Amino acid sequence: MSDATAAPSATKADPTGRDYGSSNGQVLLKVDGLVKYYPILGGLLRRKIGDVRAVDDVSFEINRGEVFGLVGESGCGKSTLGKTLIRLHPPTAGTASLDGEPIFEKRGKDLKRLRRRMQIIFQDPVGSLNPRMPVSDIIGEGLLAQAEKENGWGDRKVRDKRVGDFLEAVGLRRDYARRYPHEFSGGQRQRIGIARALALDPQFVVCDEPVSALDVSIQSQILNLLLDLRREFNLTYLFVAHNLSVVQYISDQVAVMYLGRIVEVADVQRLYSEPRHPYTVALLSAVPDPDPRVRKKRLVLKGDVPSPAAPPSGCRFHTRCWLREHLGNPENCVTDDPALREIGTAAGHRVACHYAERVSDAVVERAAALQPAIVADVAEEV
Amino acid sequence: MTLTVERATNVGPPAADVLLDVRDLRTYFHVMDGLVKAVDGVSFTIKRGETLGIVGESGCGKSVTSLSIMRLLDIPPGEIASGEIWLDGQDLLTLSPEEMREVRGNDVAMIFQEPMTSLNPVFTVGDQITEAVVQHTRMSKKEAWNKAIESLRLVGISNPERRVKQYPHELSGGMRQRVMIAMALSCDPKLLIADEPTTALDVTIQAQILELIRKIQDETDSALMLITHDLGVVAEMVEDVAVMYAGRIVERGTVEDVLVRPKHPYTEGLLTSIPSKGMRGSRLNVIKGTVPNPFNMPKGCNFAPRCPYRFEPCGAYDPRIEDAHPPDVACWLYTPAPGQTSAPRQSGPERQAGPMTTGAPT
Ligand SMILES: Nc1ncnc2c1ncn2[C@@H]1O[C@H](COP(=O)(O)OP(=O)(O)OP(=O)(O)O)[C@@H](O)[C@H]1O
Ligand SMILES: Nc1ncnc2c1ncn2[C@@H]1O[C@H](COP(=O)(O)OP(=O)(O)OP(=O)(O)O)[C@@H](O)[C@H]1O
Ligand code: SF4
Ligand code: SF4
Ligand SMILES: [Mg+2]
Ligand SMILES: [Mg+2]
Repeated sequence: MSDATAAPSATKADPTGRDYGSSNGQVLLKVDGLVKYYPILGGLLRRKIGDVRAVDDVSFEINRGEVFGLVGESGCGKSTLGKTLIRLHPPTAGTASLDGEPIFEKRGKDLKRLRRRMQIIFQDPVGSLNPRMPVSDIIGEGLLAQAEKENGWGDRKVRDKRVGDFLEAVGLRRDYARRYPHEFSGGQRQRIGIARALALDPQFVVCDEPVSALDVSIQSQILNLLLDLRREFNLTYLFVAHNLSVVQYISDQVAVMYLGRIVEVADVQRLYSEPRHPYTVALLSAVPDPDPRVRKKRLVLKGDVPSPAAPPSGCRFHTRCWLREHLGNPENCVTDDPALREIGTAAGHRVACHYAERVSDAVVERAAALQPAIVADVAEEV
Repeated sequence: MTLTVERATNVGPPAADVLLDVRDLRTYFHVMDGLVKAVDGVSFTIKRGETLGIVGESGCGKSVTSLSIMRLLDIPPGEIASGEIWLDGQDLLTLSPEEMREVRGNDVAMIFQEPMTSLNPVFTVGDQITEAVVQHTRMSKKEAWNKAIESLRLVGISNPERRVKQYPHELSGGMRQRVMIAMALSCDPKLLIADEPTTALDVTIQAQILELIRKIQDETDSALMLITHDLGVVAEMVEDVAVMYAGRIVERGTVEDVLVRPKHPYTEGLLTSIPSKGMRGSRLNVIKGTVPNPFNMPKGCNFAPRCPYRFEPCGAYDPRIEDAHPPDVACWLYTPAPGQTSAPRQSGPERQAGPMTTGAPT
């Protein structure tokens, strides 16, 4: 198998296509006040007894050609956000638009066309491919469903050629089309999943943990490939991951989610060098560094993430917040929900914390008096 | 093919300060397509109170190594074809199943990746710890119950009196991992084997659990064998590390040596595949190809088909760490190959220093 560098690419000058990303800041995807609740059913009659507030009032924009990274702990709503945006789930409230066209209003034929333009790559390269289909059908199926006179995808020959082209684009051989998923390694299966998504010629691709299940050496192949393909096919990615180094490597903008909310969003450099939400600071400090010469001090958070069915009052992070404790437990953290607001000098750096301006000083003071915290469950009574 | 004719094998128990001495362990699986040599001649030692990390990609034999030590393999299809596993002066491979059960309770405990699969869903947390304690000590049920509460408190679970009455599914992943650790500790093991103890957890919870393992290891002075594929976790948690590839140890040494000046091309490849701050804007390194098919191992060095440094001897002679001098890397770049008088390299290339991130305190 050839490696990702083999993918055809017109412009090799900048291998990662960084310059492309700053494509004059044109907004491709705009999300406003997006809410997605899942009902909790209970009792004998299976009546609705509450809501899982998986995504709870989220707004952001993604520029054309950019990689927008989304990080946060398990269950914070990352996948729900991605799936709702591409209409795999109906939203509870809010609006979103792709290239100026409203996403959630589309019906019938318009919806079908929209679906082609928004694709998803899943985490699990095994579970997301039908084991009984040859690769030609796995990739061809979507093409057939989107067949129109103009694209000619209804014609088997056209489809097969396109399948072959995209297998090549992801660094696999054309004749692999005849094989079945079990004949491939994990990394190769992930490439098939990518080919399937890209064959439809999307504008916007949700990459939902596309490398989380892969070994590091395979992971790097896929990351290189995703960056190559973005450049070649003018793609915009929403890149969901919980690995902070991967997100730092691939993203232009990064948003941090906590319990259904975006708590911080900024340009990648800014977010990693000057985090201003206490949760972001803790997340970054928790990443173990493979260089033994680097010795980090940890801001170990107490407790677990509270349930999204009953998020804490006021600031949702207050049950685990080291900054609040450091500041002597101010009352408004418990009573007032902090808005996501622009802070400091950098445009577009937004943080949802009443005391964001105090974070950098507090980090320094805190580091001096760091005590490992191992108390587990302050915030778990649900 | 190995280059030495006969190695001087150690005979009898190891020195008293060596807690675990694994010698030329070979664990095979008989499957439909043939024989999988999951662990193919692995040797290492851990001294009392010391820490060893084992890293490598999926399928390289990390879990099979630890399951062999615990003698928890499914036999068949598994088989420990040869080797010795000395723990605290006795060779575990010579013990009866009953004697081995004693050892598992008292001398060595294991924490698995997915605590849910190793906790019994139909018993409360307290029942399970109590059961483990009663089995391995002469404590009464009542004393054991108190010991359960005590060990839950020790692993940082607040309100343990209430928690002992809960079932595993009522706890979060991080909490269940704490319960596993509490169970492992309830019998004061001399050796703690942790197989990917935090892989299923979020980074903030991972940080809590690693902190906890470190604290406990420190306080109880037990030895730690930590299996993980996360080189960051290795760097932070252990003193020594062994890198496995296709059923063998290919490099070993202190964390400072192996992660800063990796010698084996595979170790170097792993380290440069990880995205880090300095790599933004440049392509990540790729270890080309995939791990070898267990039924069709390459001739010569196992890593040769993927190795950017391969040269003449690599396709012909199989480098073994036991035959290497110095004995820290299985590679012809460092040990003269048969027919050669010298090796091309003395030391590994030093990696640039520099943290990945952050605004966090360093
Ligand atoms: N189909 C569903 N029905 C009910 N609840 C759901 C459903 N899908 C997700 N949830 C809940 O919504 C919340 C957010 O889930 P989501 O999968 O979006 O999280 P995530 O951030 O992607 O987590 P992970 O990192 O584990 O993938 C969780 O509490 C989850 O249990
Ligand atoms: N019960 C079994 N039957 C057959 N083969 C097995 C069995 N258990 C393990 N193997 C094989 O042994 C080899 C080593 O597996 P092992 O579980 O030790 O890998 P590992 O290094 O722990 O990987 P991971 O990081 O994925 O946990 C693999 O090729 C695996 O397929
Ligand atoms: S608003 Fe208060 S509780 Fe929330 S993050 Fe800021 S300091 Fe912490
Ligand atoms: S022995 Fe040869 S092929 Fe094997 S790792 Fe060393 S240089 Fe590479
Ligand atoms: Mg998800
Ligand atoms: Mg394993």
